[in-house]
This record gives sequence, C-alpha cells and structure tokens, in this order.
Amino acid sequence: MVEVSLPIPRIARRRDLSEAWFAWILIAPAVVFIGFIVAWPLLETIRLSFTDTSMTSGQWVGLDNYTKMLSSPKFLEIVGRTFFWMVLSVSLKLIVGLIGATLLNAAVPGRALFRMLVMPPWVIPIAIGCFGWLWLYNGQFGFLSGMGQRLGLLSGPFEFLAYRNSAFYSAIVTDVWVGTPLVSLFFLAAMQGVSRDLYEAAWVDGAGRWYRFRRITVPQIMPVIVSMALLSAIWTFNSFDIIYVLTQGGPRGATTTMIIDTYKTAIGNYKFGEGSTRAVAIVVLLGLFSLLYLTLLNRVNKFYGVK
Amino acid sequence: MLMDRYTLVQKIGIYVAIALFLTFILLPFLEMIRTSLSPMSHLFHAPYEIWTSEFSFDAYRTMWLKVPLLGRYILNSMYIASMVTTLTMILVIPAAYAYARLDFPFKQISLGAFLAVNMFAGAVLLIPLYRVMHTLGLLNTYWSMIIPGVAFLIPTGIWLLRGYLEKIPKELEEAAYVDGASRLYTLRRVVLPLAVPGLIVVGVSVFIGAYAQQYLFAITFNQVREYQPLAAGLFEFIGYQSVEWNQMMAAALTGIVPVVVVFLFLQKYLVAGLTAGAVKE
Repeated sequence: MVEVSLPIPRIARRRDLSEAWFAWILIAPAVVFIGFIVAWPLLETIRLSFTDTSMTSGQWVGLDNYTKMLSSPKFLEIVGRTFFWMVLSVSLKLIVGLIGATLLNAAVPGRALFRMLVMPPWVIPIAIGCFGWLWLYNGQFGFLSGMGQRLGLLSGPFEFLAYRNSAFYSAIVTDVWVGTPLVSLFFLAAMQGVSRDLYEAAWVDGAGRWYRFRRITVPQIMPVIVSMALLSAIWTFNSFDIIYVLTQGGPRGATTTMIIDTYKTAIGNYKFGEGSTRAVAIVVLLGLFSLLYLTLLNRVNKFYGVK
Repeated sequence: MLMDRYTLVQKIGIYVAIALFLTFILLPFLEMIRTSLSPMSHLFHAPYEIWTSEFSFDAYRTMWLKVPLLGRYILNSMYIASMVTTLTMILVIPAAYAYARLDFPFKQISLGAFLAVNMFAGAVLLIPLYRVMHTLGLLNTYWSMIIPGVAFLIPTGIWLLRGYLEKIPKELEEAAYVDGASRLYTLRRVVLPLAVPGLIVVGVSVFIGAYAQQYLFAITFNQVREYQPLAAGLFEFIGYQSVEWNQMMAAALTGIVPVVVVFLFLQKYLVAGLTAGAVKE
C-alpha cells in the first residue's frame, strides 16, 4: 500500500485497543461464566462417571459404571423409551405446528388475535402449565374423564396418569402442547417469508390451494422445518418439568426417560457416579443424533437448492 | 387479492379448524380459570358439570390463608427472574456487540460453542453443579437458583441481541470513531442508546425464560421454603387428605400475571424478534 498522509490513517494509529483484543474483552465475562457453570461441570460429569462418588467423594472405578449401566435391561429399555418419546412427540409437534401455522397464516379477520392466543403455553412456566394438565387428567373429577363419561366415551372414571400406557401418551400430549406454540410461530414466520410471486404465478397457472401448499409452501419452508425438528428434538429429549410434575417418571417407570432416570439416580439416590454415567450417555447420544441429523440437513438443503 | 379470497364454506372450515386448534392450546387455561372460580363442593361432584351458579372469587382469598407463604413464593419467582435477567443482560450486551460488529479470531467457533450450550439440559449438569453450589456454600440460597439460570440464558440472549445490533447502521459508529471516540465510548454512547428497543425485547425474552426455568433448580438446589419460587411452592396445595384444586389454580393464575402482563405489552415485537432468525431477508 502507498503511504498517503490523509487524516484517517493517522487517527487509526492512536492508542486504542485492537479490534480482536476489544472483542475478547467484551465476550470474556460470558465465556468465563459459561465455562464455570457449563463447561467445567461437563468435564467434571465425565470424570465422576468413572467413580463411585456419592455424598462423600468416591473411588476411581474405571468402566464399572458403564458396564453396569449397559448391561442393565432396564437402562436399555429407558433409552428405547426416550427415543420413542422424542420421535413421537416431535413428529406430532411438527404436524400440529404446521397445521397451526397454516391456519394462522390464512387471510381471515381476527388472525392477529389468533396469533396472540397461541402463545400462552410458551410464555408461562412449563411447570405451572403442567399443574393445569394434572387437573385435566384427574380421574375422579377432571375435565377429560368427566367429559369422556358425559359423551359416553368412558364407562366410568378414568385415571389418565395411573396406567402405564395412558400415562405415557398423556405426557406426550402435554409435551406437544408445550412445544407447539413455538413451532407454529417459526413456521408462520417462514411462511410469511415465502415470495408471493411464486404463489401468484402458480395461481395464474390454475394451481389449487392444496397444490400450492404442497409444491410451494412446504419446499420453501423445508429448511426451517428441518432445523426446527432438530431443536425440538433436543428440547423434547431433555424435557424434565413436564414428566416430573405429571408422573415423576411413573407409574412403574412408564414415563421414565433418560433425563428423569439420570435425575433420580443422581439427586434422588445420591449416586453421583452412576448418575454422571447416565448424563454422559445423554450427551453422547444427543451429540450423535445431532451429528447424524445435521448431515441429513445438509442433504435436504442441497436437495431444495439452499446454499 | 383475488387469490386469497375464500368461499363461505372454506371460511367456515378455517374458523372451525382454528377454533379446534385454539381449544387444544387454551383448554388447560380455561379449565384453570373455571376451577379457580368454583367451590370445592362443585369440583368434587360427580357427574362432571362445567357450569355452576356458585362461581366466586373465594379461592383467590382463601389461598393466601391455606399457603401463608404464597405471596412470598410469587415475589421469589419475580425476584429470581429479575436477578437472572439483569445478570444475563450484563453479560450478553458486550458479547452480542462483539459478535455483531467486530472481527476476531475464533469468532465463529466460539459463537458455535455458545449455542451448543443449548444442547445441554440443566439436568445433565446438575451433579457437578450441586457439588459446586455445595462447595461455595450457595445451596439453599437465592444464588443457587440464579446462577445456573443465567448460564442457560446467555446463549439465546447473545443470539437474539446480535441479530438486533446487526441491523443498526454501521455508519454512526464509524462517524464516532473518525471523530476520535474510543471503542468503549462508541459502544456506550452511540450503540446502546440506539439499541434500546432491541434490548427491551431481548430483556423480556430472557425474563420469560428466567421465569419459566426455575422449577428444576429450585427443587434441586434449594430446600428453604422461604426462598422457593411459585412452581415449587404450588406443591403445598397438595395436602395429605385432598388437593385444594381451586386454590391451587387461583395461585397458579395469580403467579403468571407478571409474565402475561409483560408479554401482552410486547408480544408483537417478541414474535418478530424470536423468529427473525427463521427468515433471512
């Protein structure tokens, strides 16, 4: 570069922090905080998973916890249940969310109000919303059991959370309820971002609504659907409050997912070592799942011509 | 637009479908409101009846007597959420500015690492956190619920605020810089005042998140009743003999008033802000 004596380079040479240093100073507090509360505990979890730590500090036991965990049929059952829980719940959230977003996107009077009314499950604390569901599911006096009997669907009081199958599917319904608003809103935002020209061109050519939805809307918002599915899967996998308030993992373990199992092992029974092993299993499985999924995401994006 | 016109049948179909969808979403709230207004004798009456002539606000009065600490629980929830929000914003604002404006080594990697924190549920890290809290003597204090709360809101906070800051025209900062202002001065006196609307939206989102996530940390790190937030305190309505459902629902509804009010004022901006990442302009 040629040296020119314009005022700007002179100012740039004054005493001030370099861009990189300034940036690092700005993010340092957040980094330190996350390091202390997330990163270090994560490493510590991994270390503890090789020990038999309880309230008092424990001994190094090598892979004992892992062999014990992996050879337990109960644990493998919980892993299977967790993935079933995740796949079923996420699929339902995506389907209901897509239907909801389409409805909220319809050009009918009152839609601003409808959009607002979708938000409450997301705004209020999950645990508090779950107390509402706890009451809905009540067998003797709850709304669902009562209405079921009135409509002749149930022959007598039905305690939704007392039986293995009904408890599991009830928890799924509540989980879908918690997750649907955010999914709907993201889909809605994506739908509004689709260029109207596409619809108009298709409309001029005589394409009906359903055809336009299938061939324009869905492909156009596919990247959002796919990334929302991953986020939703992570949240659902980690979902704790819902199950813990509704069933605490019961009846007889029917709603015990990996996160509940980890919590109960570690905090409930003070088996910190074995609990850590379960926590590591969650991180590994979730990590593998995300990696696999992101590979898929890349392919989908390529398929739909997104960079 | 002609393309958007619906026939009458289509219109009715859309409204019916919207009604069904909203029923699913709002059913727990409607039932909570109905329950909070009903006397226990009506609720524990079979067969189930929605309507009663005895609707009253009694439960909203008696709940304070049944659970004397209820007011404390609600204030605790607000206090914890406010502290979490303040601390989170203090940490998020500088970091978000760095990611929005500055160029530095490891920028993308460190941002990715921040966002990866979202993958870890609090429950996965509870064991070492429990020990950290134990060692620092923070178990059974407000801090045991505030500190982990902050950590899990930082990533989303940075992500949201970065989006806002990127929209502020760069020319203003460059003008200040050319005039000889230091970087810190530019951030404080030029960028932050312009970012106030964005700061409010991100702050509210963080507050809602902080209000929502207290349950897990509260039941794990705190056993002192006086410090419990509402979500944990509601369990006190579950007695040995029976559950005072109407009071419990009244308490739950009263407790969510703060977030609902905040949300109603800012819902338009919130939705736009949260979904901004979903649509690339």
